[in-house]
This record gives sequence, C-alpha cells and structure tokens, in this order.
Amino acid sequence: MNNILAIAHKELKSYFSTPIAYVVIGFFALLFGYFFYAMLIIFNQQSQQLGGLGGGGNADINQQLIRPLFLNASVILLFVLPLITMRTYSEEKRSGTIELLLTSPVTDVEIIVGKFLGAMALYAAMLGITLIHMVLLFAWGNPEPKVVLMGYVGLLLMGGCFISVGLLISSLTKNQIVSGMVTFAVFLLLWVINWIASFTGPTTQSVLNYLSITDHFDDFTKGILDTKHLVYYFSVMSFGLFLTARSVDTERWKG
Amino acid sequence: MIEVQHLTKRYGPVMAVDDISFTVERGEILGFLGPNGAGKTTTMRVLTGYMPPTEGKAIVAGYDVMEQPIEAKRRTGYLPETPPLYPEMTVREYLSFVAKIKRVPRGERKARVEEMMRKTHVDDVANRHCGKLSKGYRQRVGLAQALMHNPDVLILDEPTAGLDPKQIIETRQLIRGLAGDHTIILSTHILPEVSQTCQRVVIINRGKVVAVDTPDNLTSRLRGSETMYLQVDAGGADAAAVLERVSGVTRVVATDTKLQVVGYEVDSEAGRDVRRELAAAVVSRGWGLLEMRPMRMSLEEIFLHVTTEETAAPAAPVDTDTERTGELVS
Repeated sequence: MNNILAIAHKELKSYFSTPIAYVVIGFFALLFGYFFYAMLIIFNQQSQQLGGLGGGGNADINQQLIRPLFLNASVILLFVLPLITMRTYSEEKRSGTIELLLTSPVTDVEIIVGKFLGAMALYAAMLGITLIHMVLLFAWGNPEPKVVLMGYVGLLLMGGCFISVGLLISSLTKNQIVSGMVTFAVFLLLWVINWIASFTGPTTQSVLNYLSITDHFDDFTKGILDTKHLVYYFSVMSFGLFLTARSVDTERWKG
Repeated sequence: MIEVQHLTKRYGPVMAVDDISFTVERGEILGFLGPNGAGKTTTMRVLTGYMPPTEGKAIVAGYDVMEQPIEAKRRTGYLPETPPLYPEMTVREYLSFVAKIKRVPRGERKARVEEMMRKTHVDDVANRHCGKLSKGYRQRVGLAQALMHNPDVLILDEPTAGLDPKQIIETRQLIRGLAGDHTIILSTHILPEVSQTCQRVVIINRGKVVAVDTPDNLTSRLRGSETMYLQVDAGGADAAAVLERVSGVTRVVATDTKLQVVGYEVDSEAGRDVRRELAAAVVSRGWGLLEMRPMRMSLEEIFLHVTTEETAAPAAPVDTDTERTGELVS
C-alpha cells in the first residue's frame, strides 16, 4: 500500500511539475464553463417561454440543465483524458526510468495501481473545479442533490475506465504522440460504437449498446445508481489494469 | 553472493547471452568486460530482475531473482547505463521517492537521503532539477539511487561513462570504498578501470564468457610464458647466445641497440623465475646490467586477444608500468 501511494504521489507531482496538469485543468475548466454558460442561457429562455405560456409548469433544472451539462462534460473527457494518460508509461520507457521502477522492490501491480490512482487524483482535481458551477446552481436554483451527486459519481467511474484503457495503450509504446492518438481513437470508438446498433440484429445491438462507455453514463445523469452500470465500469477498469499488467510483463520478456 | 548458472537470454532469434555461469563472492568487486553488444547489459538486467532469462537462473544475495524477485530486489542496487532520473524532480525529491520505493523505513528516510547526497557529492545540487544536471552529476545521483537502501549487491552498468577524469578517479575511489560491505559487479569497456578497481574480471564476448580470472593472472596466463626485458652494456655479439644458455630461457630477441647498449627480450618457461640466473650470467662476464624488468601483455591486448575471432599473431608485449588511459572502441 505504501508503495502504491508513493507511486501515485510521484505521478501526481510530476503532472503538476510539468505544464500538463495546468493545461488540462485550465482547458477543461474553460470548456466546462462555456458549456455551463450556454446551457444556462438556453435553460433561461426555455423557462421564460414556459412561464409566458402561463401553463404553470416549471422548467426542470435537473433534466434541462444538469443532465445535458454532464453529458457534454463526458465529451470533453474524450479529448482531455488521453492527455493525462499518454505519457504515464511511454515517458518512463523512453527515458529509462522504468528500469528504476522495475528493479525496485515493488510489484508490477503496485506500479500500475499507483499510476492509475495518480491519474485519477488529477482527474478528480479537474472535476473539483466544476463544483463552483454547482455551488452557483444550488445558491440560485433548486437542483436535486442526488442528480448532481450521481452525475459526479458517473463521471468519475467513466473517467476511471478511460484512464485504465489509456494506461494500457501507454504501456504499449515508447512514443507519447502515438500513445495519445491511439487512446483518443479508442475512446472515440467506445463512445460511438452503438451508433450503428439500431441497424444490426438484436444480439449485436445489445452487445454494442453494452460496450458503449458513454451509454452507461446516461442513467447516472438521471440520478439513478444502477448496479448494472457499476459492474460494467468496475469490470472495464479492472480489465484495463489487468491487461496493462500483462503488457508490462510481456515487455519484460521482450526486453 | 551472486550466482549465475547457465544463463541464456534470447531476443527472438538473437542470442544475447549464451549459457554463461559465474559466481561472485561476498565483498568482491567483479569487472564485467566486453565490447559493446557483448551481453553485459542484458546479464545485468537479468540479475536485477528487470527481465527474466530465457534459460538458467540467477541467485542474488541468496534469493532466486525469478522465484523471489521482491526479496532479491530489496538487496540489490542497480545503476543502469543511463541513470533513471525524473527530469522534473529535484535531486532531493527524486532521492526521497527512491527511498520510499526501496522501502527505507519512514523515520530514517530523510537522514538517509542527506547521507547519500553527501557520500556521492551531490549535496550542492540537492534543489536542482534532475533534468538540468550535467552528466557527471546525473551519474552520481544515479549512484546515490543505487546505494539508497544499503544493498548487499551493487550492479553498476558503466558507472564512469561520460565523467571527466577527476570525477572518474573520485567515482572509482567511491566504488573501491564500497567493496567489503557490498558485493559489486561493474561493467565497463574501459580497461584500466578493471585493473584499478576490480579483483576479478569476467570477459564476455558475443554472449559467451571467454575468460574469468584476476587481472594479473589473466595477463600471465594468456602469455603462456614470462618475458623479461634486459639492457646489457658492452655485451657484444655473443651476449644473446649467453642469455639463451641460461636454463629455463626459451627465446632471446635483440630489440634495440644504442651504441654498445643492447636491449633483449627474454622469454622463459611459464611460472619459472629466471631473473637471478640472467643477472648472474651477465654480471659474471663483466658486462653491465643496466635494466631488467618483467614485461606483460596489457589488458587491452588480452582483451583483443580473447575477443577477436581470427587468431592473429600474438600482440607485442608492452611494459606493465606504462600509463594507459585509452578507451577501447570496438
């Protein structure tokens, strides 16, 4: 456990001692802020129209503001998370520091979990910035806390899946750019994989729908915590980390 | 302390290390000598548990590196060819991280880091980023890293590569000072380094061990005979014949002549000391014995001899006391 924390700490520190953390957090905050502003304007207009009709119906802040906001945030992740994971292994392999880790009394699993937690910590910090917007919503509106909470839980879990897949890809190459690009392509594919679902047979359809990382996120934005999705996210995460361990081990044999 | 048994490592069809075996005793400094690509780094990587061997096994500090890697790694310090530094960390941060993952107890870490920085003379750059260090400092920070957990076994891959002469001398002194407490394997292709720091040498070429011995023994063993250099004054033409008649002498060659002074190279049977007889033979005839010294093959020549495929003519002997600083490029 101490080893895991030591490596996680090192990872987090190296994000913050290079421009990566600042660029990633800064641009994520910028994009999230823009989406927040755009959603807010749209939501305002909609609720005024509803009010103007005199129907007495109130616009639903949860469904019309928070849900689309989280869905949009999940799109930003597609672009931002590859930047976090692309160097984790690639850089260590390129600069030779992997020799230090692999010849220290630390197991491969400890290294991988440490790197995963380091990336997760940075990701959590990135999400932490967006809490400002939520505070504003709670101050001037009446959103349902459960929806907001589940939204964040969902984002964390989905990000965890992306990060574990990103780690795997990073462990396969010495080149950061290759690692980043492949990661981005894989994320995008996992996101759109169910677009063709409705054109295929019933079995393929359900498989494709199940594979889509973002599809499982939908329920979270409605404030629903379904074990089905928890199982999915945790299995993808552990599978990604498991494959990373295999990949690191294979590298050893190949030299 | 270190036992390597029939170690083989293949990278696909390429045989990097081919069935090598050797042992290193506790407290010994073993020199690992070979041209580039001979398999030195591969062998060291297997010993440190960085990569598994294709066949054979390696036992370090009593633990099989494959069976009990964590135990073996706790007792091994490794300095790879390029010191594994994180450029964005300061030297102190880096060494503290190393102390953590090498399981130095929490309470001792700080003191240990400071002690190592003093020992390797990097304390003056403690707050500088590793990426901004000169080659000499990097190498020494790497050494501090390898020593951090006070390992029984130290494996150093070309520890003096890229250092300036003063740093080389300091590093060698440091390494010699570590012997006794630590068992050290040190790879190099700089030959004087071996004769100056190591008690035993393993010469490897194309993945095979071609010679294991002390630097001195290697020198004499490969000669097959002992050679003396003599300078005789006023010996005249028959001096060579006189020297040849001394019992044990196998060959006499006149090498240089300055006026009346003639220099001879005298070969004798291996293991036989003919110095007394030679001196008596010269002096009893009233000639002047101006110089007499043993000649040996330099390590460079031994090295070339054992690592060169074609059996070239034996290299000319060179005086042992000549300073050699050449770096062998293969």
